[in-house]
Amino acid sequence: MALLEVKNICKSFGKTEVLKGIDFSIEKGEALSIIGSSGSGKTTLLRCLNFLETSDSGTITVDGEILFDGAENIKLSDDKIRKNRLNFGLVFQNFNLFPQYTVLKNLTLAPTLLKKGDSATIEAKAKEIIKKVGLEDKVDFYPCQLSGGQQQRVAIARALMLSPKILCFDEPTSALDPELTGEVLRVIRELKDENTTMIIVTHEMNFAKNVSDKVIFMADGVIEEMGPPEQIFDNPQSKRLQEFLYSSLNK
Amino acid sequence: MLSFSEQLPIVFNSLNVGFLQTLKLFLVTLAGSIPLGLIISFGSMSRFKPISAFSKTLVWVVRGTPLMIQLLIVYYFPGLVLHNPIWGGDESGRFFAAAVAFILNYACYFSEIYRGGIQGVPLGQQEAGQVLGLSKTQIFFKITLLQMIKRIVPPMSNEIITLVKDTSLARIIALQEIIWAGQSFMKGSQGISGQIWPLFFTGVYYLVFSGILTVLFNKVEKKLDYFKT
Ligand SMILES: Nc1ncnc2c1ncn2[C@@H]1O[C@H](COP(=O)(O)OP(=O)(O)O)[C@@H](O)[C@H]1O
Ligand SMILES: [Mg+2]
Repeated sequence: MALLEVKNICKSFGKTEVLKGIDFSIEKGEALSIIGSSGSGKTTLLRCLNFLETSDSGTITVDGEILFDGAENIKLSDDKIRKNRLNFGLVFQNFNLFPQYTVLKNLTLAPTLLKKGDSATIEAKAKEIIKKVGLEDKVDFYPCQLSGGQQQRVAIARALMLSPKILCFDEPTSALDPELTGEVLRVIRELKDENTTMIIVTHEMNFAKNVSDKVIFMADGVIEEMGPPEQIFDNPQSKRLQEFLYSSLNK
Repeated sequence: MLSFSEQLPIVFNSLNVGFLQTLKLFLVTLAGSIPLGLIISFGSMSRFKPISAFSKTLVWVVRGTPLMIQLLIVYYFPGLVLHNPIWGGDESGRFFAAAVAFILNYACYFSEIYRGGIQGVPLGQQEAGQVLGLSKTQIFFKITLLQMIKRIVPPMSNEIITLVKDTSLARIIALQEIIWAGQSFMKGSQGISGQIWPLFFTGVYYLVFSGILTVLFNKVEKKLDYFKT
């Protein structure tokens, strides 16, 4: 059974239809990359999965549990939404670290507030995770004292603290200077090697090709093409994907 | 006629008493308007139209008219128009009326500062809290609040220093604050008359007091300097 199953997700903002029926599924331990030109609805899709937006229709099922069913047509309670969100983690394009807290506190804040254990356990876990992203010497730094690449690694560590079943990335390297993307991609690569289930929206085509089990190409709110990376990148079927890949080569 | 050295203790005693009243009005106004301003700012950001319309109108009226008129209205309206003089004619009645007018006036100014502070915190901060499963209350108190405070400290300190000087407006309803005390020696009081220097000297009290506040606010700003938003 798939870990995540998304069926017929639609989302409009006013009259603009942004998602027009998205279907896909991922297995545990898989990495799914989503590519597509800007405005195609990639961010909106991640936001729907993380319940920052409510889909207009469709279903979202994780581990067999239906988190959202548009057909029921009821407004989810705040509590239910908060529970649903914990299935997912989201790493933002511009990090969104909490500026007033140290790196360590950024990691421990949510687990502490959600009472995920006593403070010693939470802190030990934070130190272990911060080591994994290679920033154990920065635990007492404030976000403004870190480079963009370091901030994004902290953001990844913060998301990992709650052990989400599916970790989502929204263009995690787009806000970074080119020389800083490597350190972030390396961390994501390592997560893949540990079989973390991930959805990665990215413009890094080489990375997507190397790290993913499956790739989705989105255009105008639909999945234009979906398949293993070899097919998507080396043998694209649709004209739009061919054009997209061609134009991204020349960037 | 008293000699200058004989005048000194009398004058300072009077000015001190007046300043105490000034200080009292200042503190009571802050204590009332800081929380009331928060309520009004939530009101004007409310998605419930009647509440936001009411709050915005209130802010518009209060910020669009002189505080001096507001003082006169609050003090005289109940007695002269409603024939129900709720304030009483003594000093404590005048203080109460002045406090009500000042609290309302400053709450409206503060509410706009709060609104700017709240809306100035990037939406991404709230969303980062949401995807970590935090509740709205947790997000407000643990994430947004301090960033908001950092943003509002500079405009709030300006406004609070203005309040120090604005307290003198309460003289219009004969509240016996420091300017009132200084002025009394022109007309004649406690055997001193025709003296204008006590009135001029009240400026020193304001200067020292706002100086202390400036130092204090600078300290707070420095304290919040450790992070950048
Ligand atoms: N909150 C919103 N309100 C109105 N339109 C939106 C909103 N969010 C996104 N959109 C629109 O939806 C479309 C897809 O946006 P987005 O999901 O951010 O695309 P992508 O991440 O692929 O660049 C864009 O045309 C954008 O203007
Ligand atoms: Mg996007």
